[in-house]
Amino acid sequence: MIALLLRDLRLATRAGGGFGLSLTFFLILVTLVPFGVGPEGGRLATIAPGILWVGALLASLLSLDRLFALDHEDGTLEQLATAPLPLEAVVAMKAIAHWLTTGLPLALIAPLLGVLLHLPGAAMPWLALSLALGTPALSMIGAFGAGLTVGLKRGGLLLSLLVLPLYVPTLIFGAEVARRGAEGAATGTPMAFLGAITLGTLALLPYATAAAIRVNLR
Amino acid sequence: MSIWEYANPKKFMQTSGALLPWAVGLSVLTLTAGLIWGFFFTPDDYKQGSTVKIIYIHVPSALMAINAWGMMLVTSLIWLIRRHHVSVLAAKAAAPVGMVMTLIALFTGAIWGQPMWGSWWEWDPRLTSFLILFLFYLGYLALWSAIENPDAAADLTSVLCIVGSVFAFLSRYAVLFWNQGLHQGASLSLDREEHVADVFAWPLWTSIAGFVLLFVTLVLIGTRTEIRARRMQALLAREKLA
Amino acid sequence: MDLIVTELSVARGGIAILAGLGFSVTAGNALVLRGPNGIGKTTVLRTIAGLQPALTGRVAPGPDQIAWSGHADAVKATLTVRENLAFWAAIYGAGDVEPALADLHLIELADRPAQTLSAGQKRRLGLARLLLSDRPVWVLDEPTVSLDAATVAHFATLLARHLGQGGAALLTSHVDLGLHGAQELDLSPYRARGAAHMQASPAGFDEAFL
Repeated sequence: MIALLLRDLRLATRAGGGFGLSLTFFLILVTLVPFGVGPEGGRLATIAPGILWVGALLASLLSLDRLFALDHEDGTLEQLATAPLPLEAVVAMKAIAHWLTTGLPLALIAPLLGVLLHLPGAAMPWLALSLALGTPALSMIGAFGAGLTVGLKRGGLLLSLLVLPLYVPTLIFGAEVARRGAEGAATGTPMAFLGAITLGTLALLPYATAAAIRVNLR
Repeated sequence: MSIWEYANPKKFMQTSGALLPWAVGLSVLTLTAGLIWGFFFTPDDYKQGSTVKIIYIHVPSALMAINAWGMMLVTSLIWLIRRHHVSVLAAKAAAPVGMVMTLIALFTGAIWGQPMWGSWWEWDPRLTSFLILFLFYLGYLALWSAIENPDAAADLTSVLCIVGSVFAFLSRYAVLFWNQGLHQGASLSLDREEHVADVFAWPLWTSIAGFVLLFVTLVLIGTRTEIRARRMQALLAREKLA
Repeated sequence: MDLIVTELSVARGGIAILAGLGFSVTAGNALVLRGPNGIGKTTVLRTIAGLQPALTGRVAPGPDQIAWSGHADAVKATLTVRENLAFWAAIYGAGDVEPALADLHLIELADRPAQTLSAGQKRRLGLARLLLSDRPVWVLDEPTVSLDAATVAHFATLLARHLGQGGAALLTSHVDLGLHGAQELDLSPYRARGAAHMQASPAGFDEAFL
């Protein structure tokens, strides 16, 4: 399992792996928002947690269609399906690798981009924490969508259509943590829900995803 | 005699063919009765005036929007467990009906909300949940149309339906947490206190029965169409092989 | 280990294409499937490898004893040859990749990124994975595609060595591997007959809508 994780990380960081693309996308998105809503600091500060969360969500969506599609094209997925490793573990490992290459860097860089949007200093740790806690769920839900669409020629757009509604609860609780943090309110409740969603998806979705991949392989 | 006999496409076609005229007649009758009763033979509400009459479309369509998804969940589970094609084809047939019901609920809600709340759209939990439900229907139908192999499509959409149900449920409560909202309480419930008055309730029940019958009729027609389409596909494929 | 297939029916795209297929490959033997294009050779192999469910019938042993090699080589272009193989060695719990590299004459290519390999060299890399898997039954779909004559002969000796160690192999191949004592099986007689199937369900159409 660790070998699979290391291989995915290595592939992501090699040439053409796409590591850094989602970070760049995130940065561009944050740059574009003030052009759309105007440069006033106060207005930007109120919408900053939401913008950063939606941005993180879109950025992690960006690399999802490659998650299984590349392995499907070159036959690796077939080989993994017949290998001693359970397909559920393969799915979970690939989702974790996806998180390590997109979600985690996004969570780390988000406070920096928060500065661009006049996010108050007190909110920074909450924003980073909520992203760090919530993005694993985004990766796992995204892996589920990627598993459903892995056999399709043009699955990218369909993948977004399937995955984005599933992101709603994570987005609501994640952005709520960041928003309450910014206002100095108690963040315990949304934080607990966010953690529950992440743990629940990590525990259950690998089974659904592996089932979908088996269907797509046959 | 077991319910699973109707899982045989041939048996289903026979039974549903015999039922269909009755279903059509009954749903037309009940729906017309409920709507005419509701629109023309009920008094105006003392606060909401005549706009309240949209309730006879709004509430039944909203109910069916949710129940259609519930039916899809059950039939998808039956397909995954027992591999009866009719079951999953019924889910496929129910999806567009449920989606249109969701749209009707959203639009009638907007029309009702404009005079009542002063805006066509509010990010109220119920409205938001229905918008999300609409997105789930869209995704489910898009997945069906994207996959060529019918059995693979059936499997994948069923998995999506089950996972989607869990997330739809989660979204419902997440949205409540996010915004408390201004939608009125339940129009019909067993609790007398928040119930609408009887003069409104009886025509409402009638038009709900009409919508249920309409849903059953449309799903029967849709499932019959899907079964015929599958049979034609199978025969064509066989022809090509021979 | 023996590979025993009984009363196997397989489907492609939801339609039964082969029915009543039965054969056994005893340890130390190889069986080559024959038949015209489209008869379902690949479908049979994929079913036996556990990648798709059989309509009816039994296959023993289960997929965990079967090493599968399909049309695609499962080679990652940006990893080196050794990294590619080391990954599969870790997955299969095999130790050293050097013997497998040596067996397929990949030593001098070991540190090249796989994207610089020719099609035949990639094929050799894909076949090296079979040696790592340490599974007794090899199921190979056209293993010799894009290999030159010398490499085909070399692969035949590797296959013979596997059979000599008590393994079994089921394969399709358009070239003659020159395997000593390999049996052949023509799939044509097992073609699923539409009419026969229709008669089997006199009450009208069944769950397959026929």
